Amino acid sequence: MAQNAIAEVNPQAAAREFLTFKLGAEDYGVDILKVQEIRGYDAVTRIPDAPEYIKGLINLRGTIVPVIDLRLKFRLGEARYDAFTVMIILNVAGRTVGMVVDSVSDVIGLDEARIKPAPEFGSALDVRYLSGLGTLDDRMLILIDIERLLGGDELSLIPRDVAQAA
Amino acid sequence: MKIDLARFHATFFEESFEGLDVMERGLLQLDAGVGQGGAAAAAVDPETVNAVFRAAHSIKGGAATFGFGGVAAFTHHIETLLDEMRGGTRRVSRRGVDLLLRALDALRGLLVAARDGAEANSTDAAAAAAVQRDLEQFLGAPQAAPQAEPARPASLQGAGFQIRFAPFAALFRSGNDPLMILRELAELGRTEVELDTERMPAFAQADPEACYMAWNIRLHTDQPRARLEELFAWVEDECELEIDPLAAVSAPAQGMAAVAQPSAPVLQTLTARLVEHGAAESSSIRVNTAKIDALINLVGELVITQAMLAQNALTLDPAQNERLLMGLQQLDRNTRQLQEAVLSTRMLPIEAVFNRFPRMLRDLAGKLGKQVRLETDGEATELDKAMIEKITDPLTHLVRNCVDHGIEPPALRAAAGKPAEGTIRLAAAHQGGNIRIEVSDDGGGLDRARILASAQAKGIAASESMSDAEVWQLIFAPGFSTKEQVTDISGRGVGMDVVKRNIQALGGHIELESEAGRGMRVVIRLPLTLAILDGMTIAAGGETFIVPLNCVVESLRPEAAQLKSVAGQGRVLRVREEYLPVVALHDLFNIGGGAAGEQRGIVVVLEAEGRKMALQVDELVGQQQVVIKNVEANYRRVFGVSGATILGDGRVALILDAAALVRSTWRAAAA
Repeated sequence: MAQNAIAEVNPQAAAREFLTFKLGAEDYGVDILKVQEIRGYDAVTRIPDAPEYIKGLINLRGTIVPVIDLRLKFRLGEARYDAFTVMIILNVAGRTVGMVVDSVSDVIGLDEARIKPAPEFGSALDVRYLSGLGTLDDRMLILIDIERLLGGDELSLIPRDVAQAA
Repeated sequence: MKIDLARFHATFFEESFEGLDVMERGLLQLDAGVGQGGAAAAAVDPETVNAVFRAAHSIKGGAATFGFGGVAAFTHHIETLLDEMRGGTRRVSRRGVDLLLRALDALRGLLVAARDGAEANSTDAAAAAAVQRDLEQFLGAPQAAPQAEPARPASLQGAGFQIRFAPFAALFRSGNDPLMILRELAELGRTEVELDTERMPAFAQADPEACYMAWNIRLHTDQPRARLEELFAWVEDECELEIDPLAAVSAPAQGMAAVAQPSAPVLQTLTARLVEHGAAESSSIRVNTAKIDALINLVGELVITQAMLAQNALTLDPAQNERLLMGLQQLDRNTRQLQEAVLSTRMLPIEAVFNRFPRMLRDLAGKLGKQVRLETDGEATELDKAMIEKITDPLTHLVRNCVDHGIEPPALRAAAGKPAEGTIRLAAAHQGGNIRIEVSDDGGGLDRARILASAQAKGIAASESMSDAEVWQLIFAPGFSTKEQVTDISGRGVGMDVVKRNIQALGGHIELESEAGRGMRVVIRLPLTLAILDGMTIAAGGETFIVPLNCVVESLRPEAAQLKSVAGQGRVLRVREEYLPVVALHDLFNIGGGAAGEQRGIVVVLEAEGRKMALQVDELVGQQQVVIKNVEANYRRVFGVSGATILGDGRVALILDAAALVRSTWRAAAA
């Protein structure tokens, strides 16, 4: 059982690839096709009256891009900003959004058999934002449905009709 | 070889729609001439008829070339009628112009259908058919006043024509071939062609691409003169052309002299027009707006990069880096100039919008039984193309309102001692960094009592104690309309609120003035372009913000005595006998870390929508032109923020929405 999961996965059977990252002690994954790039955390411009987890706006080569901190959104770990803090730039439904995480791990492929539906957690974490739980060796990977998350009521970074169509 | 004509379709349609606009303008001028001069055709400018005819002719020619047979056939009827008018065989009458205007609408429908590749929908087709029937009938109808007929009967049934055809040297460059015209002439009857080589230079001086030849042609035919003119229609702007009935020039030499005389003024106007025309054509090209937009974006990036370089260069030792710094200065100048030049390519005269209204007014006034005259001023004022497109609907709405609500019926006007004809004025002018557009009428003005009553009936907060200016603001409330009778022109209540929203979305403001019995005036102020903004850079709560300079009245460091608190809550600032509500930007935006102590910091007085407020900030940083970036593209609308920009150091700064800040401050103060 101690085999490397990545080596084990047959590229044809690997239905989807995920970029994995850490938030506190937990492993998360996001569809690699939504990821535009990964950057270091930069100074942001704060937005008036925005919730705490929306850090502000950055200049991404001339485009104004909002940055959210998932650690604050999910109330996970301590939101430290240092040389290791990274930002995943996502491209979702035609919008560009930066997402601050503790660290980025690697890219893995998961076939459908390894993805299980997420159980109800109660109120702490809204299960709607999760597309499932992936299994990687003995690690559990929480797969985020990024469209739902960004299009949700609180963030509503994406207009709802666009999010649903995507 | 088969040439794919479809490539040219877009150009054909574009030119055809422009042609339609030319025709419409011309016809409206004719209409005015007919209206003023009554039955006298003296007020009709033959040049106008010619212009309309030429436009129709080009559309017909293009339509036939590109295989839109229906359009060509329909246009042919319009052209025939116009030809009779310009030939003087038919008087320019109101009925004729009416019919032509209707035909124009039908033609527009046909062209739209052809462009969209759809079959003309049944109503369009039916309308076109009806107009065509009327046209045919009108054309076939006996002349009410056969005018100028005796003057040229020979031209209509003479035995032929004496033609002098002298193309300008540049004829070949426009792709025309005189040989083809001569061949077609030969098909009309027996021709005697004489080549005139007088202009031919010595061989060494001859430009192989220029046309030096001229022809004198005697054509024996029973075809009407119009048939001949048709042959020359493509080249009529590019040649000297004289066509005279053969009978009249029995002695050719003497006849030539005789005809040269009357045609001289015509020729002059022709050449004058040609010069004008030629200059305009060769000095402009059609460019896809997407390309221009891409260029503007690139220049925007360049400006930002340049600003970053300039900022970094501040840390350099001037003595050691003299040449580099000089180069940077040069770059700064060139970048600004480039930006201005590129932005100016998007600028169009506002005429493009104003030109829509004469026709609309004519139709509206006719429908409502009112008499309306339109005055325009400052048509040449330029503004951004995107702005022109977006301002069209609100302006249309305002002008409609003027006709429907503002201008009274003639009887009422007469009773009030005003001329029966109402006047609507459209004026545009540059004012500072803004463009000011004014729509005014000399109608009845706004009715205070009715607006109040209507507002109360619709549950909009209103009271008798409101000032006039506040009452006028009520008509901008959603769902507001005072018109008792809903017409298909206005009164549905989707109106002024949409106008106001649209104008605000463009970064502009709308103001209303009204005087009972004298009329009303709507003033719209818009930024010249949507892309850049003159801003004042300020700091508050550790962040940098941009305040649009056109909203800044003044900035001052208040004395403690100038700041007063009201009822222990709000604060006001006394500036020259005026009390302005004060809001600290860091409080308003909840970003904390503001200047310690209430009295410290600097106050910027903002004005928007006729009201002022004092905004307390930590520091004034400077003034600069900024490139406006959209925040909503990736985020959502933020209260009090109209956009963002990128500063010299690469950081993002928010641009404050002065109007929203003023509004919310006053609302808070009123609550």
